[in-house]
Amino acid sequence: MTARWEAVIGIEVHVELATDSKMFCGCAVEFGSEPNTNVCPVCLGLPGALPVPNRKAIEWIMAIGLALNCQVSHKSVFHRKNYFYADLPKNYQISQYDIPVCHDGYLDLPNDGESVRVGIERAHMEEDTGKSTHVGDGGRIHAAKSTLLDFNRSGVPLVEIVSKPDIRTATQARAYAQELRAIVLELGVSDARLEEGSMRFDANVSIRPEGSDVLGTKVEIKNMNSFRSLERAIDYEIQRQIEATGSDSDVIQETRHWDEEAGVTHSMRTKEGSSDYRYFIEPDLVPMIMDETWVATIRNKLPELPAQRRERYLGQGLDESSAGVLSDSPAMLRSLYDETVSLGADTRATANWLTGEVTAWLRKTGTEPADLRLEPVHLQELITIVDEGVVSSSAAKEVLEGILSGEGSARVVAERRDLIQISDSSALAEVIGHVLEEHPDAVASYQEGEQKVVGFLVGQVMRATQGKADPKLANEMLREALGGS
Amino acid sequence: MTLHEKTIVEAGRSLRSGEVTSEDLLDAVLLRASQTEAQLHAYLTLDKEGAREAAGQADADLADGIDRGPLHGIPIALKDNMCTRGVETTAASQILAGYVPPYDATVVTRLRDAGAVIVGKTNLDEFAMGSSTENSAYGPSFNPWDIGRIPGGSSGGSAAAVAAGSAFGALGSDTGGSIRQPASLTGIVGLKPTYGTVSRYGLIAFASSLDQIGPLSKSVEDAALTLEAIWGHDPLDATSYSAEYPDVPADLDTGVDGLKIGVIKELAGEGYEPAVESSVADMVQSLSEAGAEIVEVSLPTVDIALSAYYLVAPAEASANLARFDGIRYGLRVEGETTEELMARTRAEGFGPEVTRRILLGTYALSAGYYDAFYGQAQRVRVALRDDFARAYETVDALVSPTSPTVAFPAGEKIDDPLSMYLTDICTNPANLVGHPGISVPIGLDEQGLPIGFQVMAPALGERVLFRVAAEVERLAGFGARPVIEELAS
Repeated sequence: MTARWEAVIGIEVHVELATDSKMFCGCAVEFGSEPNTNVCPVCLGLPGALPVPNRKAIEWIMAIGLALNCQVSHKSVFHRKNYFYADLPKNYQISQYDIPVCHDGYLDLPNDGESVRVGIERAHMEEDTGKSTHVGDGGRIHAAKSTLLDFNRSGVPLVEIVSKPDIRTATQARAYAQELRAIVLELGVSDARLEEGSMRFDANVSIRPEGSDVLGTKVEIKNMNSFRSLERAIDYEIQRQIEATGSDSDVIQETRHWDEEAGVTHSMRTKEGSSDYRYFIEPDLVPMIMDETWVATIRNKLPELPAQRRERYLGQGLDESSAGVLSDSPAMLRSLYDETVSLGADTRATANWLTGEVTAWLRKTGTEPADLRLEPVHLQELITIVDEGVVSSSAAKEVLEGILSGEGSARVVAERRDLIQISDSSALAEVIGHVLEEHPDAVASYQEGEQKVVGFLVGQVMRATQGKADPKLANEMLREALGGS
Repeated sequence: MTLHEKTIVEAGRSLRSGEVTSEDLLDAVLLRASQTEAQLHAYLTLDKEGAREAAGQADADLADGIDRGPLHGIPIALKDNMCTRGVETTAASQILAGYVPPYDATVVTRLRDAGAVIVGKTNLDEFAMGSSTENSAYGPSFNPWDIGRIPGGSSGGSAAAVAAGSAFGALGSDTGGSIRQPASLTGIVGLKPTYGTVSRYGLIAFASSLDQIGPLSKSVEDAALTLEAIWGHDPLDATSYSAEYPDVPADLDTGVDGLKIGVIKELAGEGYEPAVESSVADMVQSLSEAGAEIVEVSLPTVDIALSAYYLVAPAEASANLARFDGIRYGLRVEGETTEELMARTRAEGFGPEVTRRILLGTYALSAGYYDAFYGQAQRVRVALRDDFARAYETVDALVSPTSPTVAFPAGEKIDDPLSMYLTDICTNPANLVGHPGISVPIGLDEQGLPIGFQVMAPALGERVLFRVAAEVERLAGFGARPVIEELAS
């Protein structure tokens, strides 16, 4: 008997905030500085040093919470989470326990048909640890000859976002992670760079028979440094648990490490009793009061979020796919879209140009989106002349290149580059006459019922006009000429 | 009167009259230290060079007409749990042997800004954990009134130095009585201000929610002007208040006529020495005669405050002292693994009392025990605060003995932690509720040992606190000074 299994997945996300200074001291938050240069008595845990909270970080976690439809606690407190680790200077982390800044929200995933809402349990504020580098014997901790400590990251503001176990597939997990990243980027509160660790994911995975509402044994998986590895690791883990269930090696509650190269998860050595963090209220800090006025100020400053934007685009007639692609595009392209559309340009054509040819040109020329010089009125004119048949759609790409190279408006470029279509029938009649004269075999075939030679003949007309003939008009006129002879 | 016996106010007067220089004042305390340190061991570090420079600067400034206030040019000692840039700071622990901080505690900066001359760092119980200064890793301090006895603790070094005249004043820290109790046992004034009024930045933490820095001095007025110099909001301490310094001097001579003073019923009886009880009763009587209305007040929660204190303080300490791990500074004992290095460093670096409290605190916070211990202790704190609030609805200030006993012989309680803990019974309630408390000397017992009288007031009630304390000082007329025995050679 083969049971059908369902996965139950919850995701914990750590987001480093890109505030100017650290969570509890004035040191700079900077990636890639010389080791141990952005440090002071507070973030080094020197005797006597005290933490003072960063107001900006509190405002930013509130913004994250509000963007995730969370409640903001009226009063929130910091706790000490006690554990010994060499890169944790005080050997406790200032974190939050039972009263996080934000709680009980949700995130709707961008969907293809079915709607998925993932509950947000909480978003809490804490400080990051320093960084250990194990030196010698391949950098593995147990074989390392020595460990180097860099405390530049120590005390960087860190927001932990914990989802409810509402995710069912690795694909959904990936979509959740990507959507969360898009929100964080939109809010401008983090670089959210997965490869630099400024956004990190852990997944809790369990399985249960489909239809059951009992939760299975939960396994935490760590070390996924990309969306792809998040998806792969979860898929692997689900399969592993299905295979392990009922066998000798039943699923046990543990933490497993994703090995990207091998494509498998490994059990991490768990230390006995290491899970009692002895949380208690941080006596060096006072409770934070987030009154309604403050929350309202933050709420009013929220930018348009990806989901709202996609909704707006759909309302403007874009399909799901281009709404999604445009929504994820750089801000410069999105504002060009808005401005061009406001001039009356067709929304779908505008989106297609921006996410297609314009994006391709940026990539080809290595131009930063922010450095793009494109007047909305030029894009609108380009769309208009394509629509009017003044230039062919293939010639239009060349017109765009001219516009982007600063050669002027769409019409000016089309004229200067000699790309205007010949849509004048008298001019075209002459060319068609020549083509028919030069290809008597084709004419004969057509008359024998070989319809498809028209395509060949249109091609010859296009060739003779260096692509400037309106292919539709040419087709019509050819049929007329052939039929009439 | 010899120079080293002067109060800060008297020394300041001599300085401004041109009779003495700051260097003279420094010479006087350094000479006194050279005569008494062998007997008292009040100091862990004497910063003669730094002090000499500061005194020279103070003299030069005064000659240029720059007067930084009452502490200008006055030699002051600091308990060695306050960080001093460039001067070794150990908290009397082996684990910080040789540790030189790269920054000054906020109180140190404020003292320097006020023109004070920092003489050195005084002895204490390791990490301020103790009531006799016998828990110092560098050897105990002794009491100037009887060098066979302890000076109290944990600020015993500061108390001994001020009582002996090897400093004109000193700063201590008070977590459960660590300023007031040694002040009481050495015949000087000791003040624990309202929690949050003096920055803790740079104070090596024992129990963050209880620790408070304050002055030890020869007079109530000296305490008031030292407090003024260190008082005030500090952006580096999130628990510090932005309250203005109350106009304490305005009421120093007002007297107690019209005030209602409560005598705490629970702080008397078994365990209190008769001499202490009778001296305190006499002072209460004198206050009554001076015009105060005396009422007996019951604070029932006071009976269990000590138990709560010995859960809260060790719990916070267990986390506060976690940073001493041999990784970044201080003692390091190598090991095969990082965990072993940390464990060995801590096992070797901490003394027995500190180890006991870390274990106690870790246990009190552990899963399954938290609610019964730490949680329960926090509830006691709330109940105690309610008790005090009720009392202050009817009285302006509360009084009690500072310590149930006079100074006890060295070695008497060191092997009996519980009896040592009981010496804090009168003082730790003020820490648990964050209120100010001051000890003023009121007399000597039949053995010639000083007795202290404690005055407490509501949070930020320093003005009425000092008003009562100043009257107690006048009524007691305590002018005795210790005669320090020579060591038998």
